[in-house]
Amino acid sequence: MNILKETEYDDQYIINILQRTKTIAIIGLSSNWNRPSYFVAKYLIDRGYKIFPVNPHQKGNTILGKKVFSSLAEIKETIDMVDIFRSGKEALGLVKEALKIKAKTIWMQIGVSNKEAEKLCKRKGVEIVMNRCPKIEYCRLSGELGWAGINSGLFHNKRRIIRPIYNL
Amino acid sequence: MAVPKDKHNFETRTIHAGAAPDPTTGARSTPIYQTTSYAFDSTEHAASLFNLQNFGFIYSRLTNPTVSVLEERLANLENGRAAVACSTGHAAQLLALHPLMNPGDRLIASRNLYGGSITQFSHSFKRFGWGVDFVDGTNPNNFSKIITPKHKCIFIESLSNPGGVILDIEKISTISKKHQIPLIVDNTMASPYLCNPFKWGADIITHSMTKFIGGHGNSMGGIVIESGNFDWLASKKFTSLTGPSASYHGLIFAETFGDFAYSMKLRADTLRDLGASLSPTNAFYFITGLETLHIRMERHCKNAYKIANFLEKHNKIAWVSYAGLKSSSFDFLARKYMKKGVGPVFTFGVKKGFSGKKIISNVNIFSHVANVGDTRSLILHPASTTHNQLTEDQKIAAGSGQEVIRLSIGLEHADDLIEDLDNSLKNI
Repeated sequence: MNILKETEYDDQYIINILQRTKTIAIIGLSSNWNRPSYFVAKYLIDRGYKIFPVNPHQKGNTILGKKVFSSLAEIKETIDMVDIFRSGKEALGLVKEALKIKAKTIWMQIGVSNKEAEKLCKRKGVEIVMNRCPKIEYCRLSGELGWAGINSGLFHNKRRIIRPIYNL
Repeated sequence: MAVPKDKHNFETRTIHAGAAPDPTTGARSTPIYQTTSYAFDSTEHAASLFNLQNFGFIYSRLTNPTVSVLEERLANLENGRAAVACSTGHAAQLLALHPLMNPGDRLIASRNLYGGSITQFSHSFKRFGWGVDFVDGTNPNNFSKIITPKHKCIFIESLSNPGGVILDIEKISTISKKHQIPLIVDNTMASPYLCNPFKWGADIITHSMTKFIGGHGNSMGGIVIESGNFDWLASKKFTSLTGPSASYHGLIFAETFGDFAYSMKLRADTLRDLGASLSPTNAFYFITGLETLHIRMERHCKNAYKIANFLEKHNKIAWVSYAGLKSSSFDFLARKYMKKGVGPVFTFGVKKGFSGKKIISNVNIFSHVANVGDTRSLILHPASTTHNQLTEDQKIAAGSGQEVIRLSIGLEHADDLIEDLDNSLKNI
């Protein structure tokens, strides 16, 4: 699990990304309601993010009421973040596509990481998060994760308004 | 995935982890949310909660805001990923095993477990079709000698009551890792202040919170904590976590919840269906108890050390079994696993010709009760009480033969406790 040591992020780094981001393209979003990617997309929509599903197998359909695109290049709107639900091997090619559409943040899900992609992002000044889940991070930083007895590692001496995260 | 690294010291975490001022009122102490249910924002919100797509409160059998604070705090104190609280320590053992075991499966347990656990495992669990093999855990090789593919976990205690036995957690964890099954450690007698089983490779920790976590002998509760390090998908032995869940429309816990999949399974499935939930009022007592855990454990250990030394020198006492004494065969392991002390529960035996039971009738401060980890000092004859259900051989194996007296040293002044024992030893 050495990847964990290589993918430690400062809480403020994650908070800044989640606050700044408005639009998210999710590559590999499943149309199946009980898949992890669907859970993440549904949650992020609930929290006010605009989601753009990318899944070539679902082209022309909708997922969670959103039109599905077969590639990032097809999306006309500005994409702040590209969230990758594909393997680490595929991640490099997808990151190159994301850089072409000028995404400001690359996010790779838990179990997904790619050293070369990380170097590329750093060189281009694009923020990258690997081996994390934006839903779990949002829940952790806003206090919801603790509702399920999960260790957030955070202390609070002031009242917290759970949502939205913009108040953090 | 990552268990958050906590930069704060243990003492600070016992007070702050998991808690925040109440969002509505600013109440600084965690309120007792004495409610069964929680209003949903909409039908859509309710459906998301029931489908486990959102975290939130549905019904206090599953989650409650007071209980959650306690759960996160203990997950944090044990340096774990997540925790699920329940009604008693025995319930915690049932919950911990339920997702791992199918009828026909077996587990290997240390024969030095608390008598109540031995009874629970060998009688009631047997009726679920769960087989148990007890081994002398003081030699870790005993676990590997009998392990088969049918064994789904190893269950030990970090510090055993009443024998004062400390097992080599690190060595035992190499065996469980080799066989890709979790090592469960009951850390009740040490508390997270004295021992950190996850540091030594344990995968799951259970507690009877009734003991040191509550600390005042006023509430019953248990908890199961997961490290987040066990790879369920790689092990392939636990289909309840890696296969589609029939009661959640085919959801796969290990995929969806990653490093807290086991806790989600425990809560959303096991606790939901077995129903041994912790009450918010008891959770409040445990939260309050935890805030002084570090102070109490320190004094418990200090008092116990003085009293064990007094008894060891007494001419009517044959032996004192306390891992904190140089004479203990567990002194070496105590130095590795419990640097800050070995707790206040220990046993002693009177010399031939004297009656141990008479000490119990003679004392004036020690209370004769079936509990440990209280502010009050407690005294008990295990063979006729807590270990009564065991056979004579099992009693001796568990360190609770007929001549044995168990003490749980409280937080009174050590001199008063010594005087009480000294006086009672005059007429035995």
